[in-house]
Amino acid sequence: MRRLAFVYCLIIFGAIVLVFNSCENNNTYTHGKILYENFCANCHMEDGTGLAEVIPTLVQSDYVILNQDKLPCIIRNGLSGEITVNGKLYNTEMSGSPKLTEFEITNVINYINTAWGNKHTIQKHLDVRKALEECDAEK
Amino acid sequence: MKYLNLIVIMTFLIGCNDQPPAKKVLPILGNKEIVGKDTIYHSIPDFSFINQDSQIITNETFAEHAYVVDFFFISCPTICPKTTKQMLRIHDKFKDVDGINLLAHSIDPKRDTVGALKRYARNLGVTADKWHFITGDKYEIKEIADDYFSIVIEDPDAPGGYDHSGRLILIDKNRHIRSFCDGTDPGDVDRFIEDIQTLLDEK
Ligand code: HEC
Repeated sequence: MRRLAFVYCLIIFGAIVLVFNSCENNNTYTHGKILYENFCANCHMEDGTGLAEVIPTLVQSDYVILNQDKLPCIIRNGLSGEITVNGKLYNTEMSGSPKLTEFEITNVINYINTAWGNKHTIQKHLDVRKALEECDAEK
Repeated sequence: MKYLNLIVIMTFLIGCNDQPPAKKVLPILGNKEIVGKDTIYHSIPDFSFINQDSQIITNETFAEHAYVVDFFFISCPTICPKTTKQMLRIHDKFKDVDGINLLAHSIDPKRDTVGALKRYARNLGVTADKWHFITGDKYEIKEIADDYFSIVIEDPDAPGGYDHSGRLILIDKNRHIRSFCDGTDPGDVDRFIEDIQTLLDEK
């Protein structure tokens, strides 16, 4: 009797572990996720939803969709001035993360592009490099 | 199948076991002093700051209300947005409940002017009848922070740099500290929200 209960316990435990694991593996950009959590989540939150009309959302953001080519430079140099995201006006300064390499920026972008139900096209490392060269040259 | 049900039920029982049915009363936190027969509890001293609507905010403002206090600054790149998001959760939860207000202390008086605080509050979608954003003299801010966090300072193992601790603190209308939580940990804030309810149910 006891043993049977124990086996059931094991099965339930196993099922829980499986469910949790499959949740985590939904997004394959594990490296991007770690970088996101360290460099972006303080402001944009772990779930990407931002903070009211102070910090814009990254979840189904029309700004992210329309400005894919600008993302590398936004991440490196930050962003300020008025922008509109999903119909809401924002005007708070975002500081950049100049320490992130091209590879890391690519991974963060692709994490954002595929996390939280986002289904944007994956960016290639070479395109990110080109975008970064352009904004570095402008400075 | 019978066992499965049993295990599930057991799990719930174990989970609930340690909750006493008796009505919970929040303790008064901080140093106490025994003077004769009276116990004198740590209490928040007199203060005077200015809020987003240029109103003077003092202890009198909270004479009839408990309040939740946190420390932040607008351009904070670290944990403040997370803490503010949890404050917003508390705000939304108790928006229509009398007896509890919110108080956000800016620790950056240079940049967080009254105008900047006003805009920040508006962007959060909140007003001063529930949530005050206040600023004032740099040294007074530091001093009052010490008073709110004295409960924490007592604990030598607490991680340093309390002005960045993201702690939310619950003060009752008698100026006593009744509960606190880590404002970056939504689970801990859940417990804190229960504490607020417990305090509101007091009296
Ligand atoms: C200090 C807080 C902060 C940090 C850290 C931060 N952001 Fe931002 N982010 C903002 C703010 C504020 C804006 C809006 C800027 C404006 O109003 O001009 C913004 C805007 C954006 C936008 C465009 C608007 C939108 O939501 O679609 C993107 C994309 C973005 N951030 C991505 C990132 C990424 C990726 C990181 C991490 C590498 C990051 N941010 C780190 C605060 C921050």
